[in-house]
Amino acid sequence: MTTLPQSTDRKLGLVIDLDTCVGCHACVISCKGWNTENYGAPLSDTDAYGADPSGTFLNRVHSFEVQPEQGEAQLIHFPKSCLHCEDAPCVTVCPTGASYKRVEDGIVLVNESDCIGCGLCAWACPYGAREMDQVERVMKKCTLCVDRIYNENLPEEDREPACVRTCPAGARHFGDFADPESNVSKLTAERGGMDLMPEQGTKPVNKYLPPRPKDTLSEGAGDIDILAPYLEPVAQEATGFLGWLDKTLEKL
Amino acid sequence: MTFQQPKINTSPHVSDEVRKTTCYMCACRCGINVHMKDGKVAYIEGNRDHPVNQGVLCAKGSAGIMQVNAPSRLRKPLKRVGERGSGEFQEIEWDEALQIATDWLAPIRKDDPSKLAFFTGRDQSQSFTSFFAQNFGTPNYAAHGGFCSVNMAAAGIYTMGGAFWEFGQPDWDHTKLFMLFGVAEDHDSNPIKMGIGKIKARGARVIGVNPIRTGYNAVADDWVGITPGTDGLFILSLVHCLMKAGKIDVNYLAQFTNAPCLINGDEKSPEHGLLLRDDDGKELVIDRATGKLTPFDQKGVKPDLTATHRHAGISHRTVMQHMAERYLSNEYAPEAVADRVGISAKRIRTLAAEIARVAFEEAFELDQEWTDFRGETHKTMQGRPVSFHSMRGISAHANGFQTCRALHVLQILLGTVEVPGGFRFKPPYPKPATAHPKPHSGTTPDKPLDGPHLGFVHGPDDLALKEDGTPARIDKAFSWENPMSAHGLMHMVISNAYAGDPYKIDTLFMYMANMSWNSSMNTRGVIDMLTDKDENGDYVIPRLIYSDAYSSEMVAYADLVLPDTTYLERHDCISLLDRPICEADAAADAIRWPVIEPDRDVRGFQSVLCELGAKLGLPGFTNEDGSQKYADYGDYIVNHERKPGIGPLAGFRGDGNDTGRGDVNPDQLDRYIENGGFFVEHIPDEALYYKPWNSAYQDWAVGMGLFDSPQPYLFTLYVEPMRRFQLAAEGHGDRQPPDHLRERIKATMDPLPIWYDPSPDNHGDQYPITALTQRPMAMYHSWGSQNAWLRQLHGHNPLYLPTKLMRENGLSDGDWAKVTSPHGEITVPVLEMAALNENTVWTWNAIGKRKGAWALDENAPEATKGFLLNHLIHELLPPKGDGLRWANSDPITGQAAWFDLKVRIEKAPVPAESQPAMGPIKSPVGKGPKQLAWKVGK
Repeated sequence: MTTLPQSTDRKLGLVIDLDTCVGCHACVISCKGWNTENYGAPLSDTDAYGADPSGTFLNRVHSFEVQPEQGEAQLIHFPKSCLHCEDAPCVTVCPTGASYKRVEDGIVLVNESDCIGCGLCAWACPYGAREMDQVERVMKKCTLCVDRIYNENLPEEDREPACVRTCPAGARHFGDFADPESNVSKLTAERGGMDLMPEQGTKPVNKYLPPRPKDTLSEGAGDIDILAPYLEPVAQEATGFLGWLDKTLEKL
Repeated sequence: MTFQQPKINTSPHVSDEVRKTTCYMCACRCGINVHMKDGKVAYIEGNRDHPVNQGVLCAKGSAGIMQVNAPSRLRKPLKRVGERGSGEFQEIEWDEALQIATDWLAPIRKDDPSKLAFFTGRDQSQSFTSFFAQNFGTPNYAAHGGFCSVNMAAAGIYTMGGAFWEFGQPDWDHTKLFMLFGVAEDHDSNPIKMGIGKIKARGARVIGVNPIRTGYNAVADDWVGITPGTDGLFILSLVHCLMKAGKIDVNYLAQFTNAPCLINGDEKSPEHGLLLRDDDGKELVIDRATGKLTPFDQKGVKPDLTATHRHAGISHRTVMQHMAERYLSNEYAPEAVADRVGISAKRIRTLAAEIARVAFEEAFELDQEWTDFRGETHKTMQGRPVSFHSMRGISAHANGFQTCRALHVLQILLGTVEVPGGFRFKPPYPKPATAHPKPHSGTTPDKPLDGPHLGFVHGPDDLALKEDGTPARIDKAFSWENPMSAHGLMHMVISNAYAGDPYKIDTLFMYMANMSWNSSMNTRGVIDMLTDKDENGDYVIPRLIYSDAYSSEMVAYADLVLPDTTYLERHDCISLLDRPICEADAAADAIRWPVIEPDRDVRGFQSVLCELGAKLGLPGFTNEDGSQKYADYGDYIVNHERKPGIGPLAGFRGDGNDTGRGDVNPDQLDRYIENGGFFVEHIPDEALYYKPWNSAYQDWAVGMGLFDSPQPYLFTLYVEPMRRFQLAAEGHGDRQPPDHLRERIKATMDPLPIWYDPSPDNHGDQYPITALTQRPMAMYHSWGSQNAWLRQLHGHNPLYLPTKLMRENGLSDGDWAKVTSPHGEITVPVLEMAALNENTVWTWNAIGKRKGAWALDENAPEATKGFLLNHLIHELLPPKGDGLRWANSDPITGQAAWFDLKVRIEKAPVPAESQPAMGPIKSPVGKGPKQLAWKVGK
């Protein structure tokens, strides 16, 4: 049983924009690359070229089809990694103190040298955000690139998580939720940022921006007839049209 | 117990060195920072300074590290020792490999250079490979554009001097409505994502027109699930609505397009349908100020869009009048097209109205003075914030050229090309068809070809025909079968060579082209053509040389394999002579350089051509004393000059300070490396928009060496070269098409966009479902779907069926279905997808792999559950009963009509694996390791 800090000085985390995420997996592979080479054991791949390849990933993108009551089905891309919860059940369940939440920034980490690979934390996490590395037999999870965000060997502009730096659509944002003026706090306020499964009581730090309403130009989507005046005919057939053209040219 | 938080090092060593080069995981050509540790690649990220990706990088780019260590990399030159297709090879030394190639090619060149067919696939060095082919003297050269998106490129060049992707991009910073046709992902992968991100961040609208709601269509605000192959009809209906409502930019059309040009109306005239021109060939218009006939480009001319003019007894009417007659017709009314396109009439009108609203109500001006080619100075730049993008989805149909034309015409009618908020060209574009070379096919034994292979025809005189009227090229490009085939027809090379039609060849030489697998229609048939022998026991296609970096399916069919390097082990140039990395605001080019040395006995293919060219004594590759001119590709990049002062790279020429034009600079590659692997030259502010007509831009382009003199031109709503082919088909002129092609030429080569239905030729009545493919974003245009990380994202490919077809056929997820086309059948796993046109099925392309290829286990899901739709598609249409071979291609450009595939579906018993299952090929590189834990800086 490991204790959580009473509070943390900062609450670092991600805002993920589900209206903009195109599901390209750039974040997934950039994360895999950085975290294979950096923090702790490499993220391994078993049966890498075989029948059942299976590797450790700290971030995955799931795609869901959504069928609204009215209108066309939609496809939503949903990137998922550790949400660095304030009440992180993965920490409190850890028997060795290997899983912990940092007091200075709220990042949830695994101290791999203390991890016995029991897997209790992965069971406790309601999001399925932890993965046991099958080669090293230690628990792996998103570190929020703790070895990038403070790294003095990186240019200042690169001190952000690898997934945020690489996201081509700009759908991922990194910042301090404890600061109401931060980019992530403002985006969350403006766009109605949501907790993932709030009923679990984990108080996730990461927030998701919901997709905007879709298909507003389709039938059944309300009053689209306000656009009709833009197609008011200037003529019914070619002769009248040429007359209109003439008049228009005259005015130029 | 109080928890003691461990102390961790938050500033670990990142890398010993960062080497900046250009990605080659797809065609996007992003700048990458390769982090090195202990001389090995430790991590790859995007280069923030690079004009293409500005720091971001996609999944493919970040997975490059798994490409450089891939077990499928070829190791040494291979000589075939078993039968073709057996995979039995002997490793040989490079000296022997080059001698074999020389011994095969030298006699051909001496006797008949056209006996060599040299085709390159995902080649990014086409200005170099074509230089080799031209020097060799064969007319038979092209890259893969013919089976990719030539319809879009050619329609764009003929209509307005450029198309999408490498030719131009939306004005991401100003556009307020962005409409995509048939694009889930594209070549320009990171820039489109960045652009959509910008549009979304400011709450502007994205509309996706696509039968499948994946990729960019998934994030589009509005999805239009159109019936495949009907985009042209839908676009022309939008044109109908917009013209009828007068929502067109009349001023723009009068000044910058051929809408006011005058068409000969005498049906008996050999010039019927051609434009009235002066003695210099310049288009004539009626000036509204004077009422007189005048060349379009004179100072102060106000071209009249509605004039009629009688000249030499013949009535001429403007292009605009012809367009009004055609597109105002109720034939294009939303009510008339709704059923065929699968979009309600009301929705078509709503979409047209929204386009009109944004283009005209949200129009704006940039406070930037500019001067046009007539010498008139404009105080501001008028913006129309509607932009479009499209590529293969609408191109790869037999009506693709006309559909792409329709889209370009729609943009022009709105006045949104090369204006703020619209679509913008990237240098060296805009460049009209008239400024491009014409195709050349004149061969002489022991001599180079008489000019560049590929180009743009302007009428029958420019076709690549022999004296007897038969096609001069093995792929029949620029023949009556497909006169405007600007990129060649790579997909027809093997079947034509096998059939000896139009003639037999001796050696097929290919680079990065997986023709025995996913890059061919009729995969099984192509394999048979590659392995079939004649009555003497000799292979029908006598010799096959192939170069690839990886153990692809094609390797097994080669007689000689020249192993290429990976992209981090080589020199390359992304050149302004070819397909550069320019942005709308800047000219730019880039290099690749060996950031690591190969650990295998492999050589960059282009460097091999430098040596082979010298051994063959090709003039461009030898010095006067006969010695080798270019030591390797890097040497060529620096020292080659196309014209005095103009070489493959535009930056750091002369003493290092010259741009565009300048002497050879021996330190040029070092300067590129210091600069991050690329070079950028910004366009002046007054030249940023209206480029085809903007004097400041034209002057800047001349200074950069893009043109030799200013070349302002009119956008061609009406494409006169097409009319010249129709005239020939009507019987005018000396060069006449074969009789069996006359009616088709008359019908399809309409100089104003039309739509016709490709489904009857594909037996759409018996096969009512369209089958499509997409490539996933993590593998688009990639040579690396066997990549250890990427294959975990997409390791097999179900056939996605819409809900209606699942129910009708009693199918559930995980069931298998037999899919039948007029050509063949496959049995594959199915999965339901609701966000899909109800008569369309689709799958991911090129996931399926042949057993034994790519160093994968023979039980890899790519080989057992993965599959190709290619087995259902033939390079020829089903027989029509006329005894003729009709290609499954666009009749104008020859573009492969992949997306015209029609099928039937029925539930099937679960087979052991996807059908057809082909036997394994022997791997020349063995198998990959069981387990990876890749950390180089341990």
